[in-house]
Amino acid sequence: MNVLELIDLSVTYRTERGEVPAVRGVNLTIAPGETVGLAGESGCGKSTIASAVLRLLPASTVVTGDVLLNGENVYSMSPGRLRAVRWNDAAIVFQGALHSLNPVQRVGAQISEAIELHTTLNQAEARRRVIDLLERVGLPSERARSYPHQLSGGQRQRVLIALALACEPTLLIADEPTTALDVMVQAQVLELLAELQRDRGLALLFITHDLSVITSTCERLAVMYAGRIVEDGPSHDVFGNPAHPYARALTQAFPTIGDHDSRMNPGGLAGDPPNPADLPTGCPFHPRCDVAIDECVTTDVGLRQVFLGRSAACVHVASTEVDR
Amino acid sequence: MSRPPRWTGDSVTGSPRPVLSIRNAHVTFSSRRRNSAAVRAVDGVSLDVLPGEVVALVGESGCGKTTLIRSVVGLEPLSAGSIECDGNNVTGARASLRKVRRSAQMIFQDPSGALNPRHTVYETVAEGIRIHKMRGVEPELVADALSRAGLRPPAQFMPRYSHELSGGQRQRVLIAGAIALNPRVLLADEPVASLDASIRGEILALMRSLVDNEGISIVAVTHDLGLAWNIADRIAVMYLGRIVEVGNAEQVLSHPQHPYTKALLSVVPETARVEQQILVGETPDPSKIPAGCRFHPRCPVVASGEAERLGILRRCTGVDVELVLRGSNHSAACHALP
Amino acid sequence: MSDHAAQPAMSARAFTWQRRRTSFTEFRRRLWQDRLALGGLVVLVLFALMALAAPLIAERDALSAVNSLDNPTWARPSGEFPMGTDHLGRSVATQFVWGARVSLLVGLAATVLTIGIGTVVGVISGFTGGWTDAVLMRLTDWFLVIPFLPLAIVLAAVLDRSLWNIVLVIGITSWPGTARLIRAQVLTVKRRLYVDRARALGAGPVHLIRLHIVPNIAGLILANVTLAVPISILTETTLSFLGLGDPTRASWGKTLQEAYNAGAITRNAWWYYVPAGLGIVAVVLAFTLFGRALETILDPRLRENRR
Repeated sequence: MNVLELIDLSVTYRTERGEVPAVRGVNLTIAPGETVGLAGESGCGKSTIASAVLRLLPASTVVTGDVLLNGENVYSMSPGRLRAVRWNDAAIVFQGALHSLNPVQRVGAQISEAIELHTTLNQAEARRRVIDLLERVGLPSERARSYPHQLSGGQRQRVLIALALACEPTLLIADEPTTALDVMVQAQVLELLAELQRDRGLALLFITHDLSVITSTCERLAVMYAGRIVEDGPSHDVFGNPAHPYARALTQAFPTIGDHDSRMNPGGLAGDPPNPADLPTGCPFHPRCDVAIDECVTTDVGLRQVFLGRSAACVHVASTEVDR
Repeated sequence: MSRPPRWTGDSVTGSPRPVLSIRNAHVTFSSRRRNSAAVRAVDGVSLDVLPGEVVALVGESGCGKTTLIRSVVGLEPLSAGSIECDGNNVTGARASLRKVRRSAQMIFQDPSGALNPRHTVYETVAEGIRIHKMRGVEPELVADALSRAGLRPPAQFMPRYSHELSGGQRQRVLIAGAIALNPRVLLADEPVASLDASIRGEILALMRSLVDNEGISIVAVTHDLGLAWNIADRIAVMYLGRIVEVGNAEQVLSHPQHPYTKALLSVVPETARVEQQILVGETPDPSKIPAGCRFHPRCPVVASGEAERLGILRRCTGVDVELVLRGSNHSAACHALP
Repeated sequence: MSDHAAQPAMSARAFTWQRRRTSFTEFRRRLWQDRLALGGLVVLVLFALMALAAPLIAERDALSAVNSLDNPTWARPSGEFPMGTDHLGRSVATQFVWGARVSLLVGLAATVLTIGIGTVVGVISGFTGGWTDAVLMRLTDWFLVIPFLPLAIVLAAVLDRSLWNIVLVIGITSWPGTARLIRAQVLTVKRRLYVDRARALGAGPVHLIRLHIVPNIAGLILANVTLAVPISILTETTLSFLGLGDPTRASWGKTLQEAYNAGAITRNAWWYYVPAGLGIVAVVLAFTLFGRALETILDPRLRENRR
């Protein structure tokens, strides 16, 4: 059974200015222990998916399609069951570690609170578990007595990871967990995530705009554009030989040092990300695409198979539609 | 053993006069709390920037790179040393600081924060023109700056407010506001860090084209070595308020000398070919600068015992180290280097 | 120069004006949607019109007891006296109309003084920092801890009992709160990146305050104005009720005081004190409703929360 299954998931926000489709029909499965990266620029709907998985979206949002967490539909759960699932089955690490922690409570207390709420452990057992968790994320146990502001950005991110792991979830969703961090601390956090994933068979959904971070952490990579997945496949394949022109542009955005093609020649993509409330016709990428043909203006092609386990949504991919 | 000559920050003889010349700059913040040491954010930096050159200033947060470029335009006061831009001294008379503030322009990391939400694009770009009473017809100067920054046609962008622009457009507006004054140097503080990956390249290409077409110099502060590879002619690596390695960008990136530069390069996510050398510990604290080589507590050469084998451990922990020329245009500050 | 340069030349200023017009339209649209604020505004406009038209509606001479000797005293509301008469036979309606004039005038004038002093002190203090800030804030603290009513009573007693002295008393005693509020806001605006940018461009303090600080605290100032007016009106009422008002002019506070002294309550002469009381409540409530809505409309953060 898959840890997570998104079946034709669509999310539409209701705002003052009308309906904004943020996610438009996404299919994604994550097997136990699998690491999947979800990449795309801001507004492409990647963070909305993270919130949709645990039903954290505002009440006015319209969600269609199914979200199956360990085979159970999240959107037909009772509130009590949902609360239980939120920490025990899947947990989220958000970006901006400062805002996710209570500033006036010691970090140890915040972790043990979560443990006591979601498990049957008593206070003393929970405390022991906090020490254990902090050590696992590479923090000395006396850090449990610190307040969030006494910790550095990297340490706070580690606390958040410890918090997410408190109830041994099977799925960890990391939403831009390293964006606000320094290079060296980013490397530390990425290494920690990889290690935890290896040791505990954790499934990981890693959301970021930085493709290069994903390739070093994830086996599989899904690239999103304007609310859809436009390319999906093994991350080194996608990164090394992208089939969709948007994925290609993203891979070129961060140069490989030593690669003389990119020296004094930053790769980029003209134009701006599309406005989700006012998407271009046909393939939403066509206004920025350098290989667009007339057909792209009118037809939005679905995901097509490039080869087994690899698909892209582009007219230039030989057409065999992927089964839903 | 004859020691190579000390690097003083002077440019190689025979090269043109630098547009920006930083000499032994110090920026010290006195701590608010009693009994705690002052923060030595910039602790003796010398750097020359030549006309039409892009210098990338790289390092972790807290290394003083942002403070250094802020001090160029007088946003942080120098506590010692001097900075001269286009012949005018920053610490000099008020009129000379004013001239510096015209010939050196800052570009900020967060373009949405650097734009006044109540000003239109036109007002933002015209602000500097008005302050410096530039000669010419104001709307023409604004339109020209906008189109040079890639916002075309300019008339379409002039009446907009910041919240009606995309992230990339905001950064272009700030660049337009800067180049409207025809500056000699752009000081860019993490110019693409808050932008989407796809926009990044476009902004970098714009910056490089300003250098190639208009002869502007750029000092780009960044933690992103890829940016340096993309556009920089020269790289200066900063650690705890000092430059620890400086030189031709390609040389520094392909043959780093200083162990800190090597470590930084090894953690760039894509460089899977080298073994990662993740430094333990958090970003260093400029209020507690260690004695000796300031990098020694995190230095892999010291940690691996190699320093001891080389017999330099006591110098690493006790003797401060200065930049020494290691090639025609490459210097590094490390006791372990021959 | 690029070829795009020439065309927008004449219209650059026009853009800005056009943009301001658009924002004003947007403001009007939001106000129109807020029924409570609109109600407040209507009440205010009605009272303002009444105050302005006072000489047309009621003769001022009727305020003086000498001119009302022939009138019945303690008369109930009737056709001739829509709000009845008081213990001296004067028309309560006349007092109500002229009282509105004084109450609104004092309310507005005192507010201008309060906000004026408060804004200047707050902006200078917050923007300059250092010693200036320390001195101005100690001064503000000093005014803040003076018990308001005793000071107002002493000042009103020492100075002449005139309308303008009441304005002065209210202004002097109520600016410190505004000053602190404005200073706090200036401190946050001052740290914004766009202020750094302008400074790096070579902008001087006057430029920074005029173009960056004040426009970004304008919403707060405006909201403060609408909240300071009711306080000033109530203060004027209090002072008048305590007998410290201008003896030569009718105000709602003075009406209440006279009604109380003449024993209107024991005589059950409700028509004497109810109009002035309701007038005060209506104006204060209207200002508060309007001010709250203004604050919400002008502050984008509050606007988001309301949705």
